[in-house]
Amino acid sequence: MPAETTRLPPGADAQVHARGDHWEVRLSGRWRITAERPSWPRLIDGLAPPPAGVRLVMADDIRWDSALLLFICDIRQWCAARKLPCDQSALPLSVVDLMEQLARVQEKPRPAHRSENFLTTVGLATGDALRKGREISAFVGECVLSVIHLAKNPHRFRWGDCLEEMQKCGAMALPIVGLISLLVGLIMAYQSAVLMRQFGADIYVADAVGLVMVREMGAMMTAIILAGRTGAAFAATLGNMKANEEIDALSTLGIRPVDFLVIPRLLALGLMMPLLALYANGLGILGGMAVALGLLDIPPTAYWVETQTAIDLSDVATGLIKASTFGVLVGLAGCHRGLRAERSAAGVGKAATSAVVMGLLLIIVFDAIFSVVFNVLGL
Amino acid sequence: MTTPNANSADHAIDVSGLTCGYDGNVLLDRIDFSVARGEIFFICGGSGCGKSTLLRHMIGLQLPMAGSVSYFGENFTDADTARQRLLLQTFGVLYQGGALWSSLTLRENVELPLVEFTTLTPSERDEIVGYKLAQVGLAGFENHYPAEISGGMKKRAGLARALALDPAVVFFDEPSAGLDPITSRNLDELIVDLSAKLGTTCVIVSHELDSIFGIGHRVILLDKQARGIIADGDPRVLAAESPDPRVREFLHRGKRPS
Repeated sequence: MPAETTRLPPGADAQVHARGDHWEVRLSGRWRITAERPSWPRLIDGLAPPPAGVRLVMADDIRWDSALLLFICDIRQWCAARKLPCDQSALPLSVVDLMEQLARVQEKPRPAHRSENFLTTVGLATGDALRKGREISAFVGECVLSVIHLAKNPHRFRWGDCLEEMQKCGAMALPIVGLISLLVGLIMAYQSAVLMRQFGADIYVADAVGLVMVREMGAMMTAIILAGRTGAAFAATLGNMKANEEIDALSTLGIRPVDFLVIPRLLALGLMMPLLALYANGLGILGGMAVALGLLDIPPTAYWVETQTAIDLSDVATGLIKASTFGVLVGLAGCHRGLRAERSAAGVGKAATSAVVMGLLLIIVFDAIFSVVFNVLGL
Repeated sequence: MTTPNANSADHAIDVSGLTCGYDGNVLLDRIDFSVARGEIFFICGGSGCGKSTLLRHMIGLQLPMAGSVSYFGENFTDADTARQRLLLQTFGVLYQGGALWSSLTLRENVELPLVEFTTLTPSERDEIVGYKLAQVGLAGFENHYPAEISGGMKKRAGLARALALDPAVVFFDEPSAGLDPITSRNLDELIVDLSAKLGTTCVIVSHELDSIFGIGHRVILLDKQARGIIADGDPRVLAAESPDPRVREFLHRGKRPS
């Protein structure tokens, strides 16, 4: 006497039959974890609980996987909550076995998710920031010791690697540095031309572009380009070497990784950055010259003469000092993040990202410091 | 195979009271053992028991929380950095993936230790590099970059580099992982050769039972729960006679002793 029957579309199927004082739940069809499965509460919606419990029965041609186990688990929990017996004796042994395993997993307290409250997060972040600060100081110290060591034993220095890095971060960056500085010069000339023309001071465009380029933008733009281009490359290379145990292999051979990998890179950047900045200055001025000729009808010769009167050697020197410092900073950020990377693919990605962020941050902070210092020194 | 006398005074390595772990979690608590000269010594145990951590502590990549490691009677852990760097030259390490420097060719990889620490002329270096690469079956691959050779070849090249300075102690981190049975067997034979002919001490982290029983003179078994060594001795004897069921179970490929 099938009292209540709930049918679902083809696939997993469960039917509840009232048999005297208990229910018989008949499971049949194809149970797939990826497909929809019947819902126990909906199946028995509106029915009064049977006094003598539930008996589970399976059809012979049933196909099943974990979906069935989850369903049976629901029934067992429902029974347990009402203190009703759940008779599994008609189920195949394999299902009962797996059910026991599932039940054991559910009994065990599972580790809590790694989420923390606000205060913990702030605390951890502070601790992390302090640790990072200590790490960076230690790294800088290590680099200084390395430089002293290499200055005493110059034959230990990897000149070949240094030259190769110089080519990679210097010569090969010429096109991008050139294009960007030309455009920066152009943009600055446009902006100042609009302003200067109102006062009939057209020629001072040359002063503005020349000074800003030489004192500030040449070094800054080059440093920003190299932070993205070279700093990230350093972090990725060293991070990958670390993941591959190549850094360990150097250490256990008695070679300091900083001597071998970091100092050649820092020197390459420190030497190439001023040269690139000089080149950027030239192209920026060229950009300004083009705008002056096209927009303001200032002949290039006049523009050049005006530029020469505006900038003197100390302006160029301050720019180059900045550029060299930025180069070392970008290199430090890249190498530090690379050597401290986690040993995984994601770790290398994170190292490259944080190398760029740290590089940019250091550039801006030191630029601000330089502005104050040069102002005090009257340069 | 005769087992060298482990009680003799001239130990290659002495580990005493070594406590190691990560971030304040102790993995191994005050362990002591020593390795005799020329011994083929296996460190084994289940995953996560601290095998690789122990190795990293022994070769100075990590500082121990307590205790010390000595090589040939000289304390390595407490030595100053310059002395440590000198001691490091007396041992070679074969890393799990070979850890070849990817920007250098195989020749340059094997040559680098020679360039850094010897006064050999370039032609002498060349000869040694050729010999070492031939020893591991890689003659003719001098000018290949690590990316151009297979995983097994990388490992062998890594061994050639580890042997470049004729070290007194060679550490192997899971040498047979990822190798085919024949290459793995050749590697075992090479290890036996090193130990028998050159008296090189070999410390091998592995759970390859074939190798342990085939070439091992001594084995220590680490255990995660015990946070230390639960067995130390000849693998064959331990497998047959150890009173500890955990040891017999491990050495019988997980079969529970009846």
